[in-house]
Amino acid sequence: MTDLWQATQQALQLLLTGNAELWHIIGISFSVSLRAVAIATPVAFVVAFLLSYTRFPGRALLVSMFNTMLSIPAVVVGLLLYLLLSRSGPMGDLHLLFTQKAMVIGQIVLCFPLLVAMGYATIAAADRRIWETAITLGARRGRAFLTLLHEVRFGLIATAIAGFGRIISEVGTSMMVGGNILGYTRNVPTAIALETAKGSFAQGIALGLVLISLAFALNLTVAFFNRRMEPQT
Amino acid sequence: MKRVLLTLLGIAALGISAIACADPSVLRLATTTSTENSGLLGDILPRFEKDTGMHVKVIAVGTGKALRLGQNGDVDVVLVHAPPAELKFVAAGYGVNRRKVMYNDFILVGPASDPAKISGLKNVEDAFRRIADSHSLFVSRGDDSGTNKKELAIWKAAKITPHGKWYRAAGQGMGKVLQVAAELDGYTLTDRGTWLAYESKLPLKLLMQGDPRMYNPYGVIAVNPSRYPDVNYTGAMRFIAWLTSVEGQNMISAYRKHNQQLFVPMAITNAKSTHAAR
Repeated sequence: MTDLWQATQQALQLLLTGNAELWHIIGISFSVSLRAVAIATPVAFVVAFLLSYTRFPGRALLVSMFNTMLSIPAVVVGLLLYLLLSRSGPMGDLHLLFTQKAMVIGQIVLCFPLLVAMGYATIAAADRRIWETAITLGARRGRAFLTLLHEVRFGLIATAIAGFGRIISEVGTSMMVGGNILGYTRNVPTAIALETAKGSFAQGIALGLVLISLAFALNLTVAFFNRRMEPQT
Repeated sequence: MKRVLLTLLGIAALGISAIACADPSVLRLATTTSTENSGLLGDILPRFEKDTGMHVKVIAVGTGKALRLGQNGDVDVVLVHAPPAELKFVAAGYGVNRRKVMYNDFILVGPASDPAKISGLKNVEDAFRRIADSHSLFVSRGDDSGTNKKELAIWKAAKITPHGKWYRAAGQGMGKVLQVAAELDGYTLTDRGTWLAYESKLPLKLLMQGDPRMYNPYGVIAVNPSRYPDVNYTGAMRFIAWLTSVEGQNMISAYRKHNQQLFVPMAITNAKSTHAAR
């Protein structure tokens, strides 16, 4: 057990002394996952809105499809994207495999269903009169949509944070379509997988601590926004 | 209900005791992915198991991790390929009775267009120098494996510190690194066994081989029983003795994949080890 203790001490040292490689890896994690959430969230919210404010055949099926896709395994997404993006695949000419762009695409696919499902629940729970009042007061549909979003903003922020939480710690897709290349596509989860395989546990624990503290902080923030939301509904 | 619980507890206790006590008929071997993936172990281990009545549990990981498992007493014997790390392992008291077993060789593969013009070179340092000078993309294992250590030793011998946009450390197994090199049109250093398994699926070409510095010696080491009294030391020594016996060495020499010999035995000086691996 001295091993675990020693490795944890070394890990803290690495983090506190600002080990350049370690922080660069953390930077890549954030940059990739933030880009993915930034691209996925607006589209997901529009889809969530359409699902709750329009009626069309197959709507219920679509909702349950997004709910099913919540639990799609990351490695399956990774495999499908690998086959699509590989040089011998249909999108091979884009040369996207083993780049950060491929990781962003993979993470978008992973967090999109979650953003839609949670966004749908949030928007559906909002008071319909907000939308109706805005329209009656002469707002265009786009303007009324923004008013609605503004009314449930805390719930939507919590949704976006949950989406970010889903992908920041994800290893399967990143490993398969990113390739774990140092300085380019190595993020925190793939680095942990590698450090464990190398038997150098201090770095692994250091990165693990980063992820755990992050998960904790994200959960606190979500709880905070959920509490802010209660008086509205 | 109570009886069911007790039975379950009993089974659990049995399970735990089976793990805790070293079973003399079970040998835990930590080895590199190259020996496992090349099919060598699958070919020779059944014979050892039949000869001795022992059962070998193979844990195939990178050399760094394999030595770490030995250092922690999680296995009984290690079979790895990184002589300097092996010597350090023994010197630190983690292992005893190191024996050389066999060697295979590394090769340089890369895109068919060969932008660094290394095809046909006889000196591996020259080849590395040309890759670095032309800033041609090179994909490194970057995972502290035996292959990675070999690659870094060659860069060092060529007096080059590889860094920059052309040098990518992938941090994955050999098969994955070959795929990355194929996608990015890069060069990489690979062991011949993995290359043979992937050759037909990749657009890469074998560009350079045959420099004696590209040979890759494997060593077997028993985990030190005075450090970890519960390791199966007797089993480990039987394994080492068998692997370095005439019979074991002949089996290594006879092993073929895609009609090519992959490993050359070297435990007995005048066994069939005088010629280079092609």
